[in-house]
Amino acid sequence: MTVLGTLIPISLFLGLLGLLAFVWALRRGQYEDLEGDQYRALFREDEDRLRQLPTNVPSQDRP
Amino acid sequence: MTMALDAVRNAPPAKAENKAESKAVAKPEVHALDLLVPGMTCAGCMRKVESRLEALDGVQSARVNLSAHRVAVGFDPAITNADALVGELALAGYDARPFDPTIHGAARADATGRDLLLRLGVAGFAAMNVMLLSVSVWSGADAAVRDLMHWISALIALPAMAYAGVPFFRSALGALAGRRLNMDVPISLAIVLAGVSSVIETTRSGEHAYFDAGVMLIFFLLIGRYLDHRTRASARSAAAELAAMTGRTALRVLPNGKRVLCPVEKLTAGMRIAIAPGERVPADGLIVEGRTDIDRSLVTGESRAEPAAPGMRIHAGMLNLTGPVELQIEATGDGTLLAEIARLVDAAERGRGRYDKLADQAARVYAPGVHALAALAFIGWYWASGEVLVALAIATALLIITCPCALGLAIPTVHTVASGRLFRAGIFLKDGAELERLAQVDLVAFDKTGTLTDGRPHLVDQPDPDGVHARIAASLAQHSRHPASASIAAALDHSSTAPVTDIREVPGCGVEGRIGRAVVRLGRPAWVGADNHHDVAVSAPDGSTAGFRFSENLRPDAADTVAKLRDMGCEIAILSGDGAEAVDRVADALAVQIRHDQLLPGEKLALLQDWAAQGRRVLMVGDGLNDGPALAAAHASISPADAADVSKTAAGLVFAGESLAPVHKAMVVARDARRRALESFGIAAVYNACAIPLALAGLVTPLIAALAMSGSSVLVVLNALRLRKS
Repeated sequence: MTVLGTLIPISLFLGLLGLLAFVWALRRGQYEDLEGDQYRALFREDEDRLRQLPTNVPSQDRP
Repeated sequence: MTMALDAVRNAPPAKAENKAESKAVAKPEVHALDLLVPGMTCAGCMRKVESRLEALDGVQSARVNLSAHRVAVGFDPAITNADALVGELALAGYDARPFDPTIHGAARADATGRDLLLRLGVAGFAAMNVMLLSVSVWSGADAAVRDLMHWISALIALPAMAYAGVPFFRSALGALAGRRLNMDVPISLAIVLAGVSSVIETTRSGEHAYFDAGVMLIFFLLIGRYLDHRTRASARSAAAELAAMTGRTALRVLPNGKRVLCPVEKLTAGMRIAIAPGERVPADGLIVEGRTDIDRSLVTGESRAEPAAPGMRIHAGMLNLTGPVELQIEATGDGTLLAEIARLVDAAERGRGRYDKLADQAARVYAPGVHALAALAFIGWYWASGEVLVALAIATALLIITCPCALGLAIPTVHTVASGRLFRAGIFLKDGAELERLAQVDLVAFDKTGTLTDGRPHLVDQPDPDGVHARIAASLAQHSRHPASASIAAALDHSSTAPVTDIREVPGCGVEGRIGRAVVRLGRPAWVGADNHHDVAVSAPDGSTAGFRFSENLRPDAADTVAKLRDMGCEIAILSGDGAEAVDRVADALAVQIRHDQLLPGEKLALLQDWAAQGRRVLMVGDGLNDGPALAAAHASISPADAADVSKTAAGLVFAGESLAPVHKAMVVARDARRRALESFGIAAVYNACAIPLALAGLVTPLIAALAMSGSSVLVVLNALRLRKS
């Protein structure tokens, strides 16, 4: 039964971690646009942005 | 590379982006602006709007919020401005306008939603963990291990209850302060009692702690609260969108003759404004220059256009048809029509009385019953066993197991699903209670002009289409914006026109031109020189005249909709501000017996109040300014999307499109929703009928309470989801 002394704190810690992640996501506004975000996952955003980058970014940063 | 990418990815808070750059480069100034873009409906739109805006010079970031139909733009005011952004979106095919979320209450609604979601997250976390601990208790942990589990549960559950339960405590206290009982009173009592009695039980190393049930109760109920909030927030933002998009600009004429654009809200008495043909009049005032024809159908319900000349008073909402005019805005006091209508709308809304929502009706029966039962159980067990703690535990178990978890979820889930179904049919619901009221309707009152009819004149009587009069009329009609001309031009053959030259529009009269040296005219019979038998006359070079007559067309499926509403058991009535002849024509076509013509806004209101006094539940369907008070006073009300602003604000539902079918559709959905809600109440009642005897007998363990509670909640949600299909 002493194993409980380890397992319960671990499980509580993991649960708390999940809660904190949720609070963080909420604060970052990730629940503001549930309708739009379902499509956003399908955009090849990084590629599109990369193509636009040269105008915004100093040249030595480009690969 | 990664750093630069991150900076771009973090685009929405434009300031964060600056921070990264500010050390190297001089900090560019960034303005944040919200644009409202109602036309955005899909992933493609989202992509297009963002990329078009981001391609603009001086725009740092553009991020679309599809649910709110808004795009947040960060731009450098030195390089670009709001007009350029709106212009770019117009080129892309989207109507956009700057939007201040603080004005329409959107910001506050967002904050409430975030707050509820956070509490929901905390309750969910606590429910999961406490449930895990409870499982070991249920599976046989005893003595010291059980106490340990209970203590850890208490450590998690008590703070979570205190934090996540706040919305219920607050609402319950509010109700008690007003000497009322609402659903939140038994909920709060159950939460508090569950906490207190479980702590007592734990200190006594007892077996039955209800920490899990208490937190789960809050979790389920918060889901209902959050759904309810989402329905209302999206309805509110639809209403705010309508309001923001109709907030037009007017062309102000300064004393020095210069013309500047000015938002309609900033117009004040004494200003002079210019109104181009085809524009809606933005404010009440006197015409000081120019002649024109005025379409007043939105304001009075009259279907026929009227000539206007300097000195005539015209009202906001009327449509300027043929000539440019200048208007002197009158004192915005009580004399204006808008003020009068607004006063009537206010009075009507106050007179409508508080509607008793289904949930409140249920709470009124339910809350006292449950409280009485719990008190009886406490007294009975105390008398039988002589132990306060046993009696308290039984009373707590009863309160928890009868707690209106299912009831709290039933209405919000039904409303959410129903408003989603309405939205797909092009109908915006402003408030869930409106849906409940709509389901009770037994009489549907329609406005005529613009609601049952399309509000445009159509030819019913014309001269021989091959004759000289028709050919002249066809040539002249093509040069006028007057709706009568448009309908003549559409009806007559364009190929056989007469050689008319020097065509010009005479505002307030008609169109005139020349054939050779002779003048020919199309317009008001008196001006053309004909008798008054016709609505519009045309003259030929030899001085002979011929006439046209008009009538409005019914909306394409008006007859069908009226028939379907009759089948649903509703009586139909027509309330119109138009003349008796026009009303009779439409009423006969639809076989409507209850018809009233030439009604003033106040008289429409009085009729509705009479019906309400007789116990009729009236649905008012109307679009005009003159329908505003009636829409506000009716038991339920629907307005088309092209209605006057006042009417859209007063109506409980707004539908888009030419067809009248949404009126019937809304009724069907409302009745379905009511049936589902009542079924859910039934499920909850049956479940309580089984659970209460068990609880009274002292047989309910925390395990049974947890199972029963989640079981009934899931049933209710599934029942609401059936609405999607039917």
